[in-house]
Amino acid sequence: MADTAKNAQPSAADGQTRRDFLLQAASTVGVVGTGIALWPFVHSMNPAADTLALSTTDVDLSAIKPGQAITVVWRGAPVFVRSRTAEEIASAQAVNLSELRDPQSDAIRVKNPQWLIVVGICTHLGCVPLGQKPTDPRGEWGGWFCPCHGSQYDTSGRIRKGPAPKNLAVPAYQFTSDTTVRIG
Amino acid sequence: MSGFKSNNAVVNWVEDRLPVFSMLRHSAVEYPTPKNLNYWWNFGSLAAFTLVILIATGLFLAMNYTPNSALAFDSVERIMRDVNYGWLLRYLHSNGASMFFILVYIHIFRGLYYGSYKAPRELLWFIGIAIYLTMMATGFLGYVLPWGQMSFWGATVITNLFSAFPLIGDSIVTLLWGGFSVDNPTLNRFFALHFLLPFVILGLVALHVWALHSVKSNNPLGIEMNGPQDAIPFHPYYTVKDLFGIGVFLMIYMAFVFWAPNFFGEPDNYIPANPMLTPPHIVPEWYYLPFYAILRAFTVDLWFIPAKLLGVVAMFGAILILFALPWLDSSKVRSATFRPLYRQFFWLFVINAFVLGYCGAKPTTDFLVTVSQIATAYYFAHFLIVLPWLSRKEKTLPLPASISAPVVKAIAVGAMLLIGATGFSGTAQANTATHELLKPEGGFSWGGVFGRYDRAALKRGWQVYHEVCSNCHGVKLVAFRNLAAVGLTPEEIKAIAAEKEVLDGPNDEGAMFQRPARPADRILSPYANDKAAAAIHGGAVPPDLSLIVKARANGPNYVYSLLLGYPDAPPADVAIPEGKMYNTYFPGYAIGMPRQVFDDVVTYADGTKATQEQIAKDVVTFLNWAAEPELEARKSLGVKVMVFLALLTALLFALKRQIWKDVH
Ligand code: FES
Repeated sequence: MADTAKNAQPSAADGQTRRDFLLQAASTVGVVGTGIALWPFVHSMNPAADTLALSTTDVDLSAIKPGQAITVVWRGAPVFVRSRTAEEIASAQAVNLSELRDPQSDAIRVKNPQWLIVVGICTHLGCVPLGQKPTDPRGEWGGWFCPCHGSQYDTSGRIRKGPAPKNLAVPAYQFTSDTTVRIG
Repeated sequence: MSGFKSNNAVVNWVEDRLPVFSMLRHSAVEYPTPKNLNYWWNFGSLAAFTLVILIATGLFLAMNYTPNSALAFDSVERIMRDVNYGWLLRYLHSNGASMFFILVYIHIFRGLYYGSYKAPRELLWFIGIAIYLTMMATGFLGYVLPWGQMSFWGATVITNLFSAFPLIGDSIVTLLWGGFSVDNPTLNRFFALHFLLPFVILGLVALHVWALHSVKSNNPLGIEMNGPQDAIPFHPYYTVKDLFGIGVFLMIYMAFVFWAPNFFGEPDNYIPANPMLTPPHIVPEWYYLPFYAILRAFTVDLWFIPAKLLGVVAMFGAILILFALPWLDSSKVRSATFRPLYRQFFWLFVINAFVLGYCGAKPTTDFLVTVSQIATAYYFAHFLIVLPWLSRKEKTLPLPASISAPVVKAIAVGAMLLIGATGFSGTAQANTATHELLKPEGGFSWGGVFGRYDRAALKRGWQVYHEVCSNCHGVKLVAFRNLAAVGLTPEEIKAIAAEKEVLDGPNDEGAMFQRPARPADRILSPYANDKAAAAIHGGAVPPDLSLIVKARANGPNYVYSLLLGYPDAPPADVAIPEGKMYNTYFPGYAIGMPRQVFDDVVTYADGTKATQEQIAKDVVTFLNWAAEPELEARKSLGVKVMVFLALLTALLFALKRQIWKDVH
């Protein structure tokens, strides 16, 4: 080393700093490397490429009469497709937004007022709400009623009562013809 | 534990209730270790490190694997293709198993050379053998899980070993199978056991270390430590040395993972299990080969004992005899350094083990059977005759008074690893066609350290597959969406997919229906099922091509040669059955597929001249991509990992030198 002032005990002091430096450098590199090496393990638990690719479902609407609803499977979860009656549409549109916990107008929740398409998973803790079958309870607002903890949704799938924080989610979808829709 | 006090109140609080810190200090920091251990003493810690990697990768693989005989093979391929970094986890796991065995074999031979099995270390040795036996079982069970041809037939052969035992043999085999052949119940239980046994190994390793810490390490001189002048604390001296060893080892291990991931495997295992057809030459995993040779060495009955039973008993006996070693070798001197005769017999024994391994890897011939018989006889003679005789007769050299006196030089660590890696690698190919394979001009683009697929060739290869091969063959592990990697745009992919009809349903009326394929669908064979394909093709089913390149030895050149291997005038002396073609490179020469590759059988979209060589080269490029879509990601990640490991290992080496510079 060029440090002439410390020539008295060069080897011990030099060795010590050199050793400390190597220890720090090796530990840093080792720890960073181990950290990076964990990523493939963690990432392997994320959805795989084939899972991500299975993201569209085609639905034939021609057989659903007004007032009826069907449940289709999209990405392993239920999606509610409901053909709304004129009264249901009217009641969904007539709501004063300030009354809502999660204010959203009906217009931004549908592409065609007749068809309400929402993910059939209660935003509270993930149960499937009732209301698809004519015999099911639909709650005070005529939409869906979640049996798990009593959340109630209206005819636009908006949360009106109970513990759920948000409206039923609207998935991405497009009408591919007058009677078919592609979800995802 | 003796007066442990820390400045940290939390540490003290825990210590008073559960003395983990003093235990750690006692056994991982202060633990007195002979100061003369050479690099052969690194292999124990390396093996433990590898065991951790195997358990970790195995756990994450198990999250994506399906232990069902109908789904297992495809679930492994899904791991290779669709699961994020799945190929990395699987290759780390499969190569890790081979590494584990290499390390443990070196560790065992180290023990044999330096007499580490002698008093007071007999129990330490026994636990080690128990670990080895459990590893053998675990490795075998794991090899069955991918449910390829070698998995299936390996499972069949190994489980049938138990049928050799008189009276109860057949019942044992039925019990192991859970049926009347290796089938789904077998796969289920093998998976469960394969998950369990590594934890048994982990427990045994804990016992092994505990026993070690009671009797302390042996050392190259084989004499006990006399006092503090012979010992150094485990930390930092051996922690840094072990870490440096891990760095070197990781570089070797990763070289296999990233550039030769199937080196230790068999191409046949990329063919799905077929209970109706045994491959022409089956071999177990390389680590069983010496014992497999012993099994096959017994070909004649002895009095009333059938040869089959003799082979099985000898095979198990070859391992169990290690338990008697501390008594068979009663020499008071441990280390071969001071046993000139034993040292020579030790190396003879090592060579003999390699000879057995070689015999186990090759198809049986009269000559090799004779060699196996001699080698098997020598294997047992080493234990039963040579060692007892040496113990009595050998003139050993005078032992040094203490460890501090001489210094024993280490031999290069890498040498044995390489011998282990190359010596045992068995190639199970039994191609009856002996013609040398053709190679395309300029070679294939994806070889070498940095190799990548030639994009233009890949796209042309897809065109050839699409226009020619796909009339009979599917590539069912490839989805249309994957063709983005070939260079097709999303619109092109949609259009290509829509050309094909796939079965879907049931619809609301409960009926199955055909619909145009979508990008997420797979590229299936044009036939509804194998029976339909066989009916059209005179009994032969055109194989799925997804893995064809990987499922053949020297796959790219083999497929290339096969496509061009239709001579205008087949040799007159080879009889080809009705309905078959002559192919120079096909095993047995009689192939069902007529020649498909001719000049200009396709017109390339990019204007390349479509000679038959060009077409064959392009389609092999596509098929290699279909088999190894991860190749480019693998090699480029490999380069980064290697640069990182080189840096880490260099730092550890320098640190080790600093720490050790005042010892000796
Ligand atoms: S999950 Fe629906 S109310 Fe709790």
